[in-house]
Amino acid sequence: MDLLLIFIGAAVVNNFVLSYFLGICPFIGVSGRFSSAVSMGMATTFVLVMTAMATWLLQAYLLGPLHLDYLQTVAFILVVAALVQFVEMVIKKTSPPLYRALGIFLPLITTNCAVLGLALFIQLREYGFIQSVVFGAGAGAGFTIALCLMAGIREELELADVPPSLRGAGITLLVAGTMALAFMGFAGMI
Amino acid sequence: MKGQVSARQEILKGLWDQNPTLRQLLGMCPTLAITTSAINGVAMGLAVIFVLICSNLMISLVRRLVPNQVRIAAYIVIIATFVTVVDLTMKARFPELSSSLGAFIPLIVVNCIILGRAEAFASKNGPWRSVLDAVGMGAGFTVSLTFLASLREILGNGTLFGVTLFPAWEPWVVMILPAGGFLTLGLILGGVNLINRSHEASRRRALVEASRAAAGFALPGAAAGTPARGEA
Repeated sequence: MDLLLIFIGAAVVNNFVLSYFLGICPFIGVSGRFSSAVSMGMATTFVLVMTAMATWLLQAYLLGPLHLDYLQTVAFILVVAALVQFVEMVIKKTSPPLYRALGIFLPLITTNCAVLGLALFIQLREYGFIQSVVFGAGAGAGFTIALCLMAGIREELELADVPPSLRGAGITLLVAGTMALAFMGFAGMI
Repeated sequence: MKGQVSARQEILKGLWDQNPTLRQLLGMCPTLAITTSAINGVAMGLAVIFVLICSNLMISLVRRLVPNQVRIAAYIVIIATFVTVVDLTMKARFPELSSSLGAFIPLIVVNCIILGRAEAFASKNGPWRSVLDAVGMGAGFTVSLTFLASLREILGNGTLFGVTLFPAWEPWVVMILPAGGFLTLGLILGGVNLINRSHEASRRRALVEASRAAAGFALPGAAAGTPARGEA
């Protein structure tokens, strides 16, 4: 029950994109096409779950016992970078079509603040290992939901008559604001 | 080559032409997340300026030593080091500011402005120019952040830097909430685009008139190229 609450909390109630503002860059950059939004969401979710595991283990067995907490930021970002590189190699070997579809978005996951943010939140909230993994999965689900919703809306927006000055990023942010308002409706759930 | 770009232009380009937040849309996460009060905006801006100057200087100094394949990793380690310095300093000196910015101080590591400037500028230019570029970009970021934060604080709380401006103001709570951040920034971007479009239009009109006036002496169009437009 506790785990379910963590999952739903991360995915919907405190959506990483729409209420913590983590991962805004891909949210605005990659939400042009629905299909690439789905792949990006999947890849990010995978990296998020792996990061949750890796950074938790790192903190619990290396940084914590050695009292190297001040190295957290440096160590975590290195883990994330290595992990993204690893995921890239695995996908390249096992599924070349998926690799081509994701293209440049894959290495860019390193600088997605949702990933490092997740690692830091796990430490702040002192989650256990299983909780961290569930939290990572929830965050990934939330990111995917927000990205796909936005991509769907933007595909429709291409046909709309938007004032010239607001085209592109402006209208995307206004739509995101409206979505954030809608997601506030979940606030009372937990 | 653009070796002739003056020091002044190097700084000024970050403020408007290539403003990282409003024109290049980099570093959106802290921009939206911490701009609930003007003081947060200023603090975040100063932290980013410090990291940006230090990392640009450092990266520009080591740019010939780092092999091309591992440069991104090397840049990230350099940036993370300075971010840790800022994080620990703020925790020690300004504990309440540090807690209100929360995880967004360590998250400066993944702020695309810093890695972006490292990759696009500091890795190709000397230390002096890289510092100037960092000052300009950092100032552009700080100004946009403070502007956005002030708007949100005034409308959402009726205060500015904690000083009550309108005692009878019924605060629009939504401006402080996430939705308000998206909406305000979207409208500001629209405004900036509007200003740029009208500038562009009036400059084009001036150009046409100038070339018409000069038509007797020179070929139209050959007059006054516009090199001022910032190149990356």
